[in-house]
Amino acid sequence: MNRSRRRRLQIFRIVVFVVLGAFFLGPIGAMFEFSTRGNSVNAPRTLSAWTAIGTTPGLGDAIIASLELAAITSVVMLVLVLPTMVWVRLRLPGLSRVIEFICLMPLTVPAIALVVGMRPIYIWISINVTDSILALAVAYVILVLPYSYRALDAGLAALDLKTLTEAARSLGAGWGTIMWRVVVPNMPSAILNASLLSVALVLGEYTFANLLNYENLQVAIAYVGLTSAGTSVAVAVASLVFAFALLLILSFVGRPPVPVSKADEADLQTGRMVSLSGGLIGRTGR
Amino acid sequence: MTAGGSAGRSRVEVRLEDLTRKYATTTALDRLTLTLAPGELVALLGPSGCGKTTALRLLAGLEEADSGRVVIDGEDVTNVPANRRNIGMVFQAYSLFPHMTARKNVEFGLQMQHVGLAERRDRATEVLELVGLSMHANKFAHQMSGGQQQRVALARALAIRPRVLLLDEPLSALDAKVRARLRDEIRRVQMEVGITTLFVTHDQEEALAIADRVGVMQSGHLEQLGPPTEVYSRPATPFVADFVGLTNRIKGVVRDGSVDVRGESIPLVHPDVADGPATALIRPEAVSLATNGDLADGPLVGIVIAVAFLGATSRVTVDLGDTTVLAQMPTSAATLLKAGTKVRLAMRTDPVLVQREEPATTAP
Repeated sequence: MNRSRRRRLQIFRIVVFVVLGAFFLGPIGAMFEFSTRGNSVNAPRTLSAWTAIGTTPGLGDAIIASLELAAITSVVMLVLVLPTMVWVRLRLPGLSRVIEFICLMPLTVPAIALVVGMRPIYIWISINVTDSILALAVAYVILVLPYSYRALDAGLAALDLKTLTEAARSLGAGWGTIMWRVVVPNMPSAILNASLLSVALVLGEYTFANLLNYENLQVAIAYVGLTSAGTSVAVAVASLVFAFALLLILSFVGRPPVPVSKADEADLQTGRMVSLSGGLIGRTGR
Repeated sequence: MTAGGSAGRSRVEVRLEDLTRKYATTTALDRLTLTLAPGELVALLGPSGCGKTTALRLLAGLEEADSGRVVIDGEDVTNVPANRRNIGMVFQAYSLFPHMTARKNVEFGLQMQHVGLAERRDRATEVLELVGLSMHANKFAHQMSGGQQQRVALARALAIRPRVLLLDEPLSALDAKVRARLRDEIRRVQMEVGITTLFVTHDQEEALAIADRVGVMQSGHLEQLGPPTEVYSRPATPFVADFVGLTNRIKGVVRDGSVDVRGESIPLVHPDVADGPATALIRPEAVSLATNGDLADGPLVGIVIAVAFLGATSRVTVDLGDTTVLAQMPTSAATLLKAGTKVRLAMRTDPVLVQREEPATTAP
């Protein structure tokens, strides 16, 4: 009974894995197939669409701009959100609902509405401050808030933040040291999660950039698609694979430490006895 | 230089003066004044919400007082932030930094003080030895038992050579056996280092066993402050009598500075109590039981209804008809007693406290 049940579960798992895998990989495979087609019906397979990525004007700049935006957005988001969340948790717990509401709000507003709202600000920015595409980072930080908030919130909830920060303060640490040496090292997976979600979102962003007249990766892909469908699809596959690789890194790097096994625990018990008697011996020896 | 060698520096006087702390609706501390003599261990004891933890947190600088002063070694530190007070603290919850080994935890405070690498290593080794954990120096918190974690926390607090040591119910998360052992260990280390220490607990046994002086608190006040024996045997108020140890509450009548309880006259701690009916508070160990002699019915003759074996002592519950009384005695003396045995009570004539009946509130 038990065995057959386990086997059925195993089969179920494999089926789910295969179906979902096909769902994700099918379209990417088809895109890859399309990007390697020749120009005529019977033409041999060619990688010319892929090699054209480097030579297509504007595409390289757009890729670099998107990567820069992804990095800037992640960093600004972390610097802005993490200390705020820690502070609210410790000092203003009554405000936590408000902060959560504010952070989740961008989810409920359609991107197009956000863009319309921000347009006047961006016109002002492009005239008075900078016309660099990196200014998009401001909008992107707002865009990634709901996802990064959730990831960081889960990480903070797993810590006894109050006790750890109070212990650090009693040992002489200021707030900067506490953030950098106590909070951040204890939630690596949450921070990685939040950052990679931000990176994936920024790399896939089209609406903001297009409507605010900036050329990021997705906008460039759309342009290239007008003249060379093969190259545009090749870039799209590459960016998907890149995001996929990031998520893989996330699931492997951000794992919590391996819990102590039963055997180790037993060992620790005896270790404690030994150390205690050691302490007693130390005392009489003094 | 050993940890004990810093004893001279550690022996400082700590004064809490008129500290008041109010929360939205409650007053956690109401003009608390408390002085800790250099090198002394004072335990603050009381039920939850009595203000003992607030007092400790004000001393640590983790909370701000509404009024009053905190003075350490003659220096007013009321407005000094927690991280500049140089106070070692052990918390109720496990507080080791999870991403650091025991040794790194201990070295953390030294790094904050910019102590050089070599000296840091030496001092970490030394305090870990002091708490008997040098062999676990390279373990992480999740690889250690609760008792070990609290000992590392103690080592970490002592490594910075603090002026004062604060212990906020450090044993309450541990099981009974580890608790008793670690309690003695803490006292040993505290005496070895000679550091002025404030220990907060709701466990009276812990407070009585470990402290030089015990302060019993209720609703933000110190009800009594004194050596453990005094607090136990001469409680200053009915609350202290009730909270510390078990107490029989037996009705009696106050007359001329003593209280008449079921025909026996017992002197009063405060002889100036006005005459009239009152409840006498009598410790179970002040009650003895006799099974021979005159067992004719009388106010002090009753029937045993239960005998609880507590190890070296036993606690006997006696039914006197209109009330029950607890008597505590050596187990050897209690072996003759079982439920149904007829006994005669005798009460030691140590001075007792009385509590007046609260007059019933009448509608206006």
